[in-house]
Amino acid sequence: MAAVTSLGETSLAAPAVVSRGMQARRRRRLNLFRYLTFLIFGLFFLLPLLAMVRFSLEGSKLGTWSLSGWRQIVSYQGVGIPPLASAVEITLELAVITSVVVLALLVPTMIWVRLRVQWLARTLEFVCLLPLTIPAIVLAVGLFPVYNRIEHYSISALMLFWAYVILALPYAYRALAAGLNAMDVTTLSEAARGLGASWFTVIVRVIAPNMWQAILNALLLTSALVLGEFTLAYFLSFYNLQFELYSISRNTANATVIFSTSAASLMFAFVLLLILSYVGRRRRGRG
Amino acid sequence: MSAGGAVAVDEVVPVTSPTIGTQFAPARAGVEVRLAGLRRHYGQVVALDGIDLTVQPGELVALLGPSGCGKTTTLRLLAGLEDADAGQITVGGEDITHLPASKRDMGMVFQAYSLFPHMTVQQNVAFGLRLRRISKDKRNERAIEMLDLVGLTTQADRYPHQISGGQQQRVALARALAIEPQVLLLDEPLSALDAKVRAQLRDQIRRIQLEVGITTLFVTHDQEEALAIADRVGVMQNGRLEQLAPPTDVYSRPATSFVAEFVGLTNRLAGTVSGATVTVRGVELPLVDSTTSPGPAIALVRPEAVTLASDSAGDSGPLVGTVIATTFLGATSRVTVDLGDTTILAQLSTSDASALPAGSQVALTIRPDPVLVAAAETSAEPPA
Repeated sequence: MAAVTSLGETSLAAPAVVSRGMQARRRRRLNLFRYLTFLIFGLFFLLPLLAMVRFSLEGSKLGTWSLSGWRQIVSYQGVGIPPLASAVEITLELAVITSVVVLALLVPTMIWVRLRVQWLARTLEFVCLLPLTIPAIVLAVGLFPVYNRIEHYSISALMLFWAYVILALPYAYRALAAGLNAMDVTTLSEAARGLGASWFTVIVRVIAPNMWQAILNALLLTSALVLGEFTLAYFLSFYNLQFELYSISRNTANATVIFSTSAASLMFAFVLLLILSYVGRRRRGRG
Repeated sequence: MSAGGAVAVDEVVPVTSPTIGTQFAPARAGVEVRLAGLRRHYGQVVALDGIDLTVQPGELVALLGPSGCGKTTTLRLLAGLEDADAGQITVGGEDITHLPASKRDMGMVFQAYSLFPHMTVQQNVAFGLRLRRISKDKRNERAIEMLDLVGLTTQADRYPHQISGGQQQRVALARALAIEPQVLLLDEPLSALDAKVRAQLRDQIRRIQLEVGITTLFVTHDQEEALAIADRVGVMQNGRLEQLAPPTDVYSRPATSFVAEFVGLTNRLAGTVSGATVTVRGVELPLVDSTTSPGPAIALVRPEAVTLASDSAGDSGPLVGTVIATTFLGATSRVTVDLGDTTILAQLSTSDASALPAGSQVALTIRPDPVLVAAAETSAEPPA
């Protein structure tokens, strides 16, 4: 009897053992595939960046190391173009102004449309996403007469923010819409109004604080877009960082300063991303 | 960061120290709420078709009805979250029909969880007081007082996502009461909770409402909830109030056939009206409405008015049938009997029902309670 039971147990347990073994092998293969993919894509992205950093540290003789490219970021003056430092400053200011204007425009508008005029939601979405379908070159051609006209008043490169706001709209809209969709805006606002909150209080104290992560994401996307924008600045002839770097590369043979400034710009974007992610995570943890 | 992230077990703590108004301000006496000729439509759909409703000071009225009957619309119009097309709303004699929601002085608890996610439980409760520019010390004191009322002082520093659904609704109740509103509005606040918590919280809401003495309008589609909690129940259909009466009257003396069929279970039995009675399967039953026109009709008979006895003799007749199913409900059981041309439900004590297994031959008796009748355009149907 015991022998029969034992046989029975063995026959039942065997497929389970085989199945577990197969699962383990499949898991190992999957992990290997994951690591390999991660490695290939990591190298694909990292190698050019490392090459850029290496070039930015190139000394006067090939193969030597030097920090002169990085030192020159503050003081470099190309031939017939503004100082590099001023282009860096303008680009950073543009990032700040564009982000502030985009958020000031979109956050209250989107909340208001969601709460009070839902029938406008589709139109707002269409208008905000429209710039995605318009190539930057077309936008530049369209905006050129406008900028040409107001150039009589000696406008600064900061005026590029008007165009950048248009370019950033789709990305900021998507980020903010995701934040709004993640909460029950109607119920929260009705609860607040029932407690005596005005519409302004509802937006500022109830809805906006709950979409901080979305606001930070919109801020990051807008800043990243401004830090990388070249076409409009080039065609409208405003010296932001990208156009400045392009001009330096065209007019001088100083490659290290171009690479060091590009690397610095990239690192700035990374740091910004890290800061925003960290702030977002802290808020999520608290909230 | 507040205390741990684990969601607390949903347990409704009995109210131990109701100290409403003792330190902050005296509790308000309830006010009368009057809705007169209230109308509201959405496009072609009529949501409210001239509602007239008066809620007495300190009374709890439950609005009950199927989805789309207009009960939530009534509540939202009263809260000021929507505008009426016509009609008047007065609270405590004051016309508030055109007052914005923020100025109506009403506390509301919603069906969906409505706590502000970025605020702690205590901050949520104190939010309305903050808008009223109450000093920080006083509003914190009041918030703790309200949390004590709903048995949640230990959760004061937690965020909404760190507490359970039942606890969130209790915090929402505390938040609504913290501002000492004139009227408390409850929009299906228990519908997202599981059955046990729902029953406990329902009792707690009623206890607090009685202690505070606040005029309350409670919207629900759950008849058991409405009958258990309300001083009066208003049954709505198609934007109209079909009946407004104490729960016992709504159940035992329904004003319309809709109320009879919507509240509780009803057997629809073919009969003939003659004078003040309706004859159903040879049994004469008195009519609720003696002005009913004579002729064929459908009598609406409650399952508890039907009793069963074993009929081992194998008699035949209009009130003899075969048990085809028994549904165990705890202390009582519902027995379905096949009468040949129709089926009928009887509600018996479980001990009586267990003596009548499926297949048993039974003889029915119908207690001569006053019944309502419905028009007999269609043939008698199975129980609603």
